Amino acid sequence: MTELVAPVPVVSPTRAKTSLMRRLVRNPVGLTALFFLALVALVAVFGPLLAPADPNAASLQTILLAPGEQGYVLGADSAGRDVLSRLLSATQISIGAALVAVVVALALGVTGGLLAGYYGKWFDSVSSWLTGLIMALPGIVVLLAARAVLGPSVWLSMAIFGVLMSPAFFRLVYASVTAVRNELYVDAARVSGLRDGRIIARHILSVVRAPVIIQAAMITGIAIAIQSGLEFLGLGDLSVPTWGGMLSDGFTKIYNAPVLMLWPSLAIGLTCISLTLLANALRDALERSSSTRKRRRAGKVNGAPAERAAVVGHADDVRAAKGEVLLSVRDLHVGYDQPDGSLTQVVHGIDLDIRKGEVHGLIGESGSGKTQTAFSVLGLLPSGGRVTKGTIDFGGLQLADAGENVYRKVRGKRIAYVPQEPMSNLDGAFTIGSQLVEPMRVVLGLSKQAATERALALLARVGLPDPKKTFASYPHEISGGQAQRVLIAGAVSCDPELLIADEPTTALDVTVQAEVLDLLRDLQAEFGMAMLLVTHNFGVVADLCDRVSVMQSGLIVESGPVRSIFNHAEHPYTQSLLDAILEDGEPRGALAPRKEVSA
Amino acid sequence: MSESLLDIRDLEVTYPIKGFGKQPFRALKGVSLDIKPGETVGLVGESGSGKTTLGRAVLGLAPVTGGSIRYREQEIGHLHRRQRRALSSEIQVVFQDPYSSLNPSLTIEQILSEPLTARGVDGKAARARVRELLGQVNLPADTADRLPREFSGGQRQRIAIARALALDPKLIVCDEPVSALDLSTQARVLDLFIEIQERTGVAYLFISHDLAVVRHISHRVAVMYHGEIVEYGDGDQVTARPEHPYTQRLFMAAPVPDPDRQEQRRADRRRLMDEQAAADEQAGAGLGAA
Amino acid sequence: MLTFIVRRLLSGAVLLFVITTVAYTLLYLGGGDIARRILGQNATQEQVAAKAAELGLDKPLLEQYGGWLSQAVTGDLGRSWFSGQLVTVGVSSRLAVTLSIVIGAVLIAAVVAVTLGVLAAVRGGVIDRIVQFISVLGFAIPGFLIALGLVLVFAINLKLFKATGYVPITESFAGWLASVTLPVAALAIGAIASVTQQVRGSATDALNRDYVRTLRSRGLGSNRVVYKHVLRNAGGPALAVLAVQFVGLVGGAVIVEQVFALPGLGQLAVQSTTNGDIPNVMGLVLATAVIVVVVNLLIDLAQAALNPKVRLS
Repeated sequence: MTELVAPVPVVSPTRAKTSLMRRLVRNPVGLTALFFLALVALVAVFGPLLAPADPNAASLQTILLAPGEQGYVLGADSAGRDVLSRLLSATQISIGAALVAVVVALALGVTGGLLAGYYGKWFDSVSSWLTGLIMALPGIVVLLAARAVLGPSVWLSMAIFGVLMSPAFFRLVYASVTAVRNELYVDAARVSGLRDGRIIARHILSVVRAPVIIQAAMITGIAIAIQSGLEFLGLGDLSVPTWGGMLSDGFTKIYNAPVLMLWPSLAIGLTCISLTLLANALRDALERSSSTRKRRRAGKVNGAPAERAAVVGHADDVRAAKGEVLLSVRDLHVGYDQPDGSLTQVVHGIDLDIRKGEVHGLIGESGSGKTQTAFSVLGLLPSGGRVTKGTIDFGGLQLADAGENVYRKVRGKRIAYVPQEPMSNLDGAFTIGSQLVEPMRVVLGLSKQAATERALALLARVGLPDPKKTFASYPHEISGGQAQRVLIAGAVSCDPELLIADEPTTALDVTVQAEVLDLLRDLQAEFGMAMLLVTHNFGVVADLCDRVSVMQSGLIVESGPVRSIFNHAEHPYTQSLLDAILEDGEPRGALAPRKEVSA
Repeated sequence: MSESLLDIRDLEVTYPIKGFGKQPFRALKGVSLDIKPGETVGLVGESGSGKTTLGRAVLGLAPVTGGSIRYREQEIGHLHRRQRRALSSEIQVVFQDPYSSLNPSLTIEQILSEPLTARGVDGKAARARVRELLGQVNLPADTADRLPREFSGGQRQRIAIARALALDPKLIVCDEPVSALDLSTQARVLDLFIEIQERTGVAYLFISHDLAVVRHISHRVAVMYHGEIVEYGDGDQVTARPEHPYTQRLFMAAPVPDPDRQEQRRADRRRLMDEQAAADEQAGAGLGAA
Repeated sequence: MLTFIVRRLLSGAVLLFVITTVAYTLLYLGGGDIARRILGQNATQEQVAAKAAELGLDKPLLEQYGGWLSQAVTGDLGRSWFSGQLVTVGVSSRLAVTLSIVIGAVLIAAVVAVTLGVLAAVRGGVIDRIVQFISVLGFAIPGFLIALGLVLVFAINLKLFKATGYVPITESFAGWLASVTLPVAALAIGAIASVTQQVRGSATDALNRDYVRTLRSRGLGSNRVVYKHVLRNAGGPALAVLAVQFVGLVGGAVIVEQVFALPGLGQLAVQSTTNGDIPNVMGLVLATAVIVVVVNLLIDLAQAALNPKVRLS
């Protein structure tokens, strides 16, 4: 058992793991922890050989010798035994015992988690029930009982402790496997004709490997702590030196020679801290790699900033609104601070004017910076994001990088927002009604009763059939289309001058989309509000907008009245987008009779 | 030529709902559909209509509780895992989400050779075939050694198509394969689908919520609503002159990318909704009187 | 709601039954010569046999367990084989000591951890890093090492508290407070560390939710959103961790009680298991299992109050 010095013997290294290792080594904390653990591992293997004296040789002459005296580097304990030799020999047993627990926990937890997670059914229920049972037992009490039954064997009690800790792995693996099992690539592998064993080995083990290693480091630390704790209570095998046993011996002499407690405390403490720090460093490395992936997925602006060519502007036509300018954006730059101190720019200087009562469409493909533009007007860019240059003038107020005190007078009252995903934009822990009433009380200063009445009226206005019922419902009790109506009701609740709608119909079904577009058009006319409509859908633009700005890679490339853009687009990018539209295209036609296909 | 490749009759799929005494969910309530060799059948519907379930049932990923799915005269609705694996060279899939349909920790070569090695193709032949497949979907050969996260959505969808083509299938179930893509990418990927079909003679069951996309690629179109097919026929007719009230509503709901024609469409839609409401009322009244 | 509680209580009863069965079986199998241990080395063979018969040790397992169970249902857990004390009396007097330090530690942990965790999540930056560093250390260092350190510093060097001994609250409140302060601190530090990590994680998660942006867009200040919406959504996971901590602390108390020489469950557990005092051990197992069931039920009810989705299912 003592050969098992590597922290976790799980699976062969692969690409993902080696890059993780490299990142870990670059982290100074992780590297230090790794270095210390390697040292402990070496001592665990070679400690007994290095010990200058027999760790169990007692002597009356050397009782409680101070460190350094008579050649006893770390002194001698209450029975006159050499502390250094005992410490060196104890490492092997303490570490080995902890590893027994971890290996047992790994074997049970990982296999159980894989099987229960992948196959489900009865095995799932049984193992989940067993896990609950084991987790309900206070570990120490069980270990005490086991000792009464099985005698003071370090290895056996640690094996039992391994069983007690197996739920930690089981739950982790089970959760990852059930999540991965529903990933489309597992379905694709099944359709490709892969056997279950291969699917588990290729697609599922690779996902659970890193979290299992992290968990194993944690569990090793806990096992060392528990094992030492048992020895400390005097419940271990007194014939062999262990860290906990040495601590117990020192504790009895706490008034005479407190230094005796120092060495085992340092060994236990530093090993546990190193294991935890290692686990944390691993987790950080893992999270960093997945977060960069997520960011990329969320659509960072692709490619280098296109040089700011002149925006293709179209002259106003007769139907375009001619009112006073409400929102005026000039040379807006938006950037995100990176962990390394650099700045990633996502909007590279745009101008945008919205007049009172005008519906302005901002159209572009994913990553064009249209949503970033909308968020910067609201002052609600995700963390790390800020307006780096330019001005946002809203009815005389300067909003670019304005503080909370400026925005408090604007948000909700004068600028409102309708989001894309209806469900995730309602707080599932509160009723629909309370989420409508709360802002009205804060922003308009209404009484609870007045706000409730207004909320019910708004719910009726946005076309919800039973406003009272919806008011009392929780978000998960209504449909996506209804949730979007609720969000629209919330947005117009304080009679705003500008409504920013970010892809308000993208998450909805086509028939629901048509109804929501009708609702937005009616409300816009009724409240006389201006609208900034962010979308990727030319149909939605054609339905609602007076003017359109086309965005590409963080820049506006063309802007003008809606008919002018649709009929006489000049910028090649706008033209290419319009050409890609399939609506009213040629049908494929019937299947032509064809000759026998040679496979 | 009338012989079907895939013949679905009265298919029912019911999902059990967890929890004691809960009513099971009937996702498909007797669906019939056929696909001829080399044909694209478009399947249109909104969320919850059962269109994805129908695709998954054909792939053996959904619990068939009634009716039959026959592939080349062979019943495939209730196959064992082993028999199902044998079908992998016949029926393949391209999923909607190009991000979760490729394992992020495998290289493109590992992903593409997976179906090949599962059927015992040796490493060298598999590598050659991977290069060939990448060529077919217009991706450079050096793609093979890279990881999925290095590619855009459209490129990932091409990789997913290459994986589906690896075993020369006769039928590919395409579940919203272009919905997650940007407008311009979407058009190019659709053209790739058509080009591959004309070259190899593969048939598609093409699932989408977008009438325009389905019209572009399908020979015939089926419309699903609440677990049933409400209209099934010639692609042009169903997508431009629908007969069933639901398909008509669907058709009218999609906004036209032209301000003036959309104004017209909006008026037409309102008129249609009023007519249908009146018809429903009459039917209801008639029922009440009878 | 009522059916929910009834169902949880029933499953709790099943859990108690399973745990006591397993415990009794294990004790029976490993019991050894208990009668000899009670009477000492000088007793004759006949005396030992008579004692075994008196305790019912000669009967088969099923009969012994059945006897224990039928009495336990009526609240009679028998008497200790060694001290002759009623098990219910012995266990409950010690339970008071253990629970007072465990509950104290959990309450302190909850308050401190929520404050630190939310602070770290909302402020970020340096504060976040400091909180994270402290909580990693607190999590990593075993509780009994912390306990030993506290004894060494506050009791032996500074002489602020007594190192050992317990003063019942009925005797003197100040004395009780002084006697439990160090043990509670030793237990709380580890719990604070784990719960802080969890609160920080779930608060960060809740802060990044879409509804936070939407609520702020309606004109709500960020503090208001944090204290009303973020805290409530982060509360569920934090409570779950607190429940696990509670069970863990009952175990951790065993060692801490030994360090501070407190007459709690831990002391009794160590004595009874080494002796093979089956009635006492069974009483302990039952007591801890009941605590676990009750704590989990309370946490589930609190979860349901926080999260309407749980409430309905």
